[in-house]
Amino acid sequence: MSRHKLLSSRINATVAALAILFLYLPIVTLVVLSFNDNDLTTIWTTVSVKWYLAVLQNGDILRATKNSLMVACAATFFATCMATLAALGMVRISRGPRVLLEGLLGLPLLVPEIVTAVALLILFVLIGFPLGLTSVTVAHTVFCIPFAYYPIKSRLAALDQSLLEAASDLYASPRRRFFRVELPLLSSGICAGALLAFISSLGDFVITYFVAGPGATTLPIYIFSLIRLGVTPEVNALSAIFLFASIVMISIAFVLLQSISEQKKPKGAA
Amino acid sequence: MNGVAIDFARVSKTYPGASLPALNGVSLSIRQNEFFTLLGPSGCGKTTLLRMIGGFDYPDSGDVTLSGIKIGRTPPHLRRVNTVFQSYALFPHMTVAQNIGFALEMLNRPRDEVRRRVDEVMGLLRLDGLGDRHADQLSGGQQQRVALGRALAPKPEVLLLDEPLSALDLKLRKAMQVELKRLQAQTGITFVFVTHDQDEALTMSDRIAVMQSGVIRQVGRPDEIYERPADLFVAEFIGDANFLESTCCARSGADGEFQLDGQGDQAPWIKVDKVGHVAVGQKAVLMIRPERVRVVAGAGAALTGRVFETIYSGSSRMVHAKLPNGTLLRARLDGLPVSGALPDEVGFYMDPAALTAFVR
Amino acid sequence: MNEQRLRNLTLLSPAVLFLAAFILAPLLLMLYVSVLERGPFGGVVWGSHTGIAYQKLLYERDLLGRLSFNSDYIAIFARSCRLAAMTTLITFLIALPTALYMSTLSRKQAAWILFLVTIPFWTNLLVRNFAWILILRGGGVLDTFMQWTGWVTQPLDILYTPLATGIGLTYSFLPFMILPIYVALERIDPSVIEAAFDLGANRLRVLQRVVLPLAMPGIIGGAILVFVPCLGAYVSPELLGGGKSLMIGNLVQAQFGASRNWPFGAALGIVLVLALLLVIAMAALANQHKKRVSR
Repeated sequence: MSRHKLLSSRINATVAALAILFLYLPIVTLVVLSFNDNDLTTIWTTVSVKWYLAVLQNGDILRATKNSLMVACAATFFATCMATLAALGMVRISRGPRVLLEGLLGLPLLVPEIVTAVALLILFVLIGFPLGLTSVTVAHTVFCIPFAYYPIKSRLAALDQSLLEAASDLYASPRRRFFRVELPLLSSGICAGALLAFISSLGDFVITYFVAGPGATTLPIYIFSLIRLGVTPEVNALSAIFLFASIVMISIAFVLLQSISEQKKPKGAA
Repeated sequence: MNGVAIDFARVSKTYPGASLPALNGVSLSIRQNEFFTLLGPSGCGKTTLLRMIGGFDYPDSGDVTLSGIKIGRTPPHLRRVNTVFQSYALFPHMTVAQNIGFALEMLNRPRDEVRRRVDEVMGLLRLDGLGDRHADQLSGGQQQRVALGRALAPKPEVLLLDEPLSALDLKLRKAMQVELKRLQAQTGITFVFVTHDQDEALTMSDRIAVMQSGVIRQVGRPDEIYERPADLFVAEFIGDANFLESTCCARSGADGEFQLDGQGDQAPWIKVDKVGHVAVGQKAVLMIRPERVRVVAGAGAALTGRVFETIYSGSSRMVHAKLPNGTLLRARLDGLPVSGALPDEVGFYMDPAALTAFVR
Repeated sequence: MNEQRLRNLTLLSPAVLFLAAFILAPLLLMLYVSVLERGPFGGVVWGSHTGIAYQKLLYERDLLGRLSFNSDYIAIFARSCRLAAMTTLITFLIALPTALYMSTLSRKQAAWILFLVTIPFWTNLLVRNFAWILILRGGGVLDTFMQWTGWVTQPLDILYTPLATGIGLTYSFLPFMILPIYVALERIDPSVIEAAFDLGANRLRVLQRVVLPLAMPGIIGGAILVFVPCLGAYVSPELLGGGKSLMIGNLVQAQFGASRNWPFGAALGIVLVLALLLVIAMAALANQHKKRVSR
């Protein structure tokens, strides 16, 4: 495709390298310091994993993690289902209504998080909805829907319509066609969407902070409260674990998304 | 005479947003057990007609009948018709065997019957041993045969082929043409074939329908279409032809005589058999195929011309000549030994039976 | 109703209804709350309408009930705008060369860099800002490093300043600027650039007259993606800015926490939404203008 070799320049390459360095410096620092034996995080003594052990044994942390995982699983599930249905329904919608509908679907990503947080809090209080893990799940589902939607939509758009026609041609009823052909072909998009939704739910802070009630502490909220108390090595180790988990998940999602964009390439003469 | 497999009765369709209809009152009968081709340039409606047999498009008006039953709006999965798609449309998440057996699976056939039939079809199409492969592990020709096998496995009444050979290279294409013809004869299934390649159509078909802009121009056997095109479009579309502008100067029974335009009153009179409805004084276009134009000695010939180019291509020579009125005439000389160049001024003889007159 | 349309509507309804209920309705509700009277113990007095919250943005009432102009909140808006604008500018200056570099690589290499750039975005925002605390605090990594190299003798006091917030914001939103610009660059036909060079332009000229105009939609997109969230940012100013560089986000949070002034918080939210709409409108106008100019 477009490889603008003529624009090569050492300045660009240098800035790019520095940018990458800039992006990873804090992450690397965090990880390195998490292995520091010392109580005072930024003064290095020896390598040790004791803070990791402390984290894994901390009851509060484990509870918060459990909450985060439950919310993420539930929100991802509902959001992915709704997003899949929406993507399937959006296919035949004409341009005008489609712009509006997709605008609505993307709204949670466009509106600043703090605004969404405040608005949801007001809603929950107005209708008397108790603030707890359920309110958090509902709030997470809101922004998980667009995260799940885009990869699915992308995969659906790349789907060769003649495959569906072929399935009908070969006596598959609409229901069987959906389950035997359409859904399997969409699976990479659905998985990528679900992963993205899951990761964003796990890591969300601002919205969760506003709509969580007592006892609904998620991991980010717990981390925040620890940071408020001061920089401690546990926070460090916990953050490093969180980081690692995120990187693993996003790597998988990235591979899936790449395979989707590969299928978009026009088929050359076979 | 075979029964009618598919019948179109005054079928019309206009796609939303289009200014012209894709199909305009088309009527056509396709017989059982025949190899029928829909031929025409892009946009003529041949693919739309095909898709209507398959159930992927519905007519706005008119009836489509399959073996006597009206199938106008029946969805594809309820029609005993199968399609070989131009892009093959092989299911990427299934193996070759699963692709071929898909239809039988959808028809809820017992598993061992499915397996037997899949093996049978793979043998028929020389796909043995490829059962466990996926589409992206096959060559173009193999993919094409899998698409074919997949459509043949459930033994449909009609097989639709939408330009299935267009992606193949020339040699493979020729080989597949022979194979398809053989398969059709062997299975007895009605084949409806869509192509824009007239050589392909002439080679393979029992009958051809030539289409243009949503209407059928002519239906007939390949030799009928070639020798006796119904109108100027068909004449121009099929094969190579000379077109001579002329005026009718005499009629006698079914025959007539014409004078070429632009040569004044001294122009020779050309006899044409079976001219149809051409009146004396009416303008007409005379058509003759290059291989029917005979080159004779210049002296004494009624029609003469100046040779300005001779193109040699192995088995034949194409002589390009200019007639006194400026018109180009091409004559193809087959199999004659190359015995020296042609004289500048040559005579032409055109058999009255080889000429066709068209009114514009 | 057409069977197909019914099917489409049924498929779309769960997501549409859910979002209408849980983002559209709440936003409208927030608008309504901003014109309600503040409740005595937090919350609101339903049915009691007043514009006081909006008035509070600019004026305050002293004990005698007199109105006087209060520039505190204006200062916070100004700071938020400034920081957001600075962040947008700096991320642009970093992102453009980076995206240009990526567009000169092979597809595979560029995909790798894209991957590297996107990862930080997907890791937790708190964690990332926390890492900057480790670096920027007195006695932190940066300090230790600077003193070790001898470049400074006194501890740097970067944490809890607007600078720290700026660094945090730039760090958080850099990927948002790189991605759209890269995508826009990818869309440019390489033969257009070749032609420009052919006609004798040097690299700088090509960039200025060909590449930048063609990449403008991506640049504008990136600018929106950075500016708007920055304006409403909460985590970076909260963790890195301390009390000295409050942004709108912190102010909003306070209204639902300690200050217990919900209408005011809602009014601030509406201000943010208006800012978002304004930015989008400006971007749309810029696009329109570009189309008119190129005709």
